Amino acid sequence: MKKFLALVQRDLILVYRSANDAWVVLFFFVIAVTLFPLGIGPDPSMLQQFSGGIIWICALLSAMLSLDAVFQSDFDDGSLDQMMLTSYPLELLVLGKCFVHWLTTGFPILLISPVLATMLNMNLDSYSTLLITMLLGTPTISLMGGVGAALVLGSRLSGVLISLIILPLIIPILIFSVAAISASGEGMEISSAVKLLGALLIISSVFCPWATAATLRHLTN
Amino acid sequence: MHKFANPAQFTKLATRVLPWTSSFAAVCFLFGLYFGIFDSPADYQQGETVRIMYVHVPAAWMSLFTYSLMAAASASFLIWKHSLADIAARSLAPIGAAFTAITLITGALWGQPMWGTWWVWDARLTSVLVLFFLYLGYMALVNAFDDPEKGSKAAAVLALIGFVNVPIIKFSVDWWNTLHQPASLSRLDAPAIDISMLTPLLLMALGFKLLLISILIIKMRTILIEKRIEAKQLLKSG
Repeated sequence: MKKFLALVQRDLILVYRSANDAWVVLFFFVIAVTLFPLGIGPDPSMLQQFSGGIIWICALLSAMLSLDAVFQSDFDDGSLDQMMLTSYPLELLVLGKCFVHWLTTGFPILLISPVLATMLNMNLDSYSTLLITMLLGTPTISLMGGVGAALVLGSRLSGVLISLIILPLIIPILIFSVAAISASGEGMEISSAVKLLGALLIISSVFCPWATAATLRHLTN
Repeated sequence: MHKFANPAQFTKLATRVLPWTSSFAAVCFLFGLYFGIFDSPADYQQGETVRIMYVHVPAAWMSLFTYSLMAAASASFLIWKHSLADIAARSLAPIGAAFTAITLITGALWGQPMWGTWWVWDARLTSVLVLFFLYLGYMALVNAFDDPEKGSKAAAVLALIGFVNVPIIKFSVDWWNTLHQPASLSRLDAPAIDISMLTPLLLMALGFKLLLISILIIKMRTILIEKRIEAKQLLKSG
């Protein structure tokens, strides 16, 4: 646990030192959301209907932008190889890196999403559902994205490539989240969609670090 | 099985098998299309458009079958490091993508007169579209590395992860209430389709399967020859 915290601390310091990168992702999220009212028209009732979907799609795209960096810098300067040589389990190392990715991209997006929901005229009953789906969904994206980040490591065009291979796989998160948000807007039951999101988070937190570690071992030996 | 993992053995066997599979595929298509178009009844509800089924359904089966083969080849490549398994998986991806594209296009052509729309976002159609994206993602990833070995490994892992989608597609018509009709053939009781329609359908399915084997052999042989040319050129220049 102590080593895990040390790892998380190290990565957080690295992000803090190049804080610009984290801000850029958040900015992208805000700008992308802003485009929708301008593109589909500012009609409040229409925006209300689409608000959950807009926020979630932009959150997915912002996550894609930052995912390819999860292992990249450590891979470039060789520290990833050093970390893999230590006796520390690679799966936990991967988990730590995904956690830092979530803390620096998914979590800020979660925090700012209610503000954007207001600008999109989201139904007041849906705010709590939006936050719950974000809380369950964004860590899943970071975990699944970790697999993608390991897969594209050292490839050309890794940024676009990761979107191509990960976006199809995280479609269920989008479907269940938006289903829960629109159900809550109509005063309907949301527990089944939320439970499915929770199940996805639990499954991916077990399976994804293992798959990511296996990929890293295969690709960097 | 491992004996044929030797490229020379494989080429020898493949060269002998190819004329048979390709000519049998042609025969199956000839008879399947004849029975399908001229010698089977029109559906009482769907009329003549039901004949799209003889291409659509086998292509859809093949899109899933090809992906399963690709995943199996990828697994055996990761486990036993057989380069032939990697070549098979690489060759299967564009073939599977083509089958999936045929499925989607014929489905749209069938959906327009029957459902009144080219496309709906129901579970079956969406999951097949995702399958198409997975094929494209595989093809993008496998060629994205300067070191082809790395591309093979990364794409093999992706093929295994994407296999999650195969049961989802298969059971999507049972799990969700879809506009797409449920399975008529693979049911516990007797198939819900008349023998006059079943015959051309199975003939076409067999033809598609033989076509897959034929194209696969041609593609794998091509890649093997390309590799040999590359090796010889390296020897020459080095």
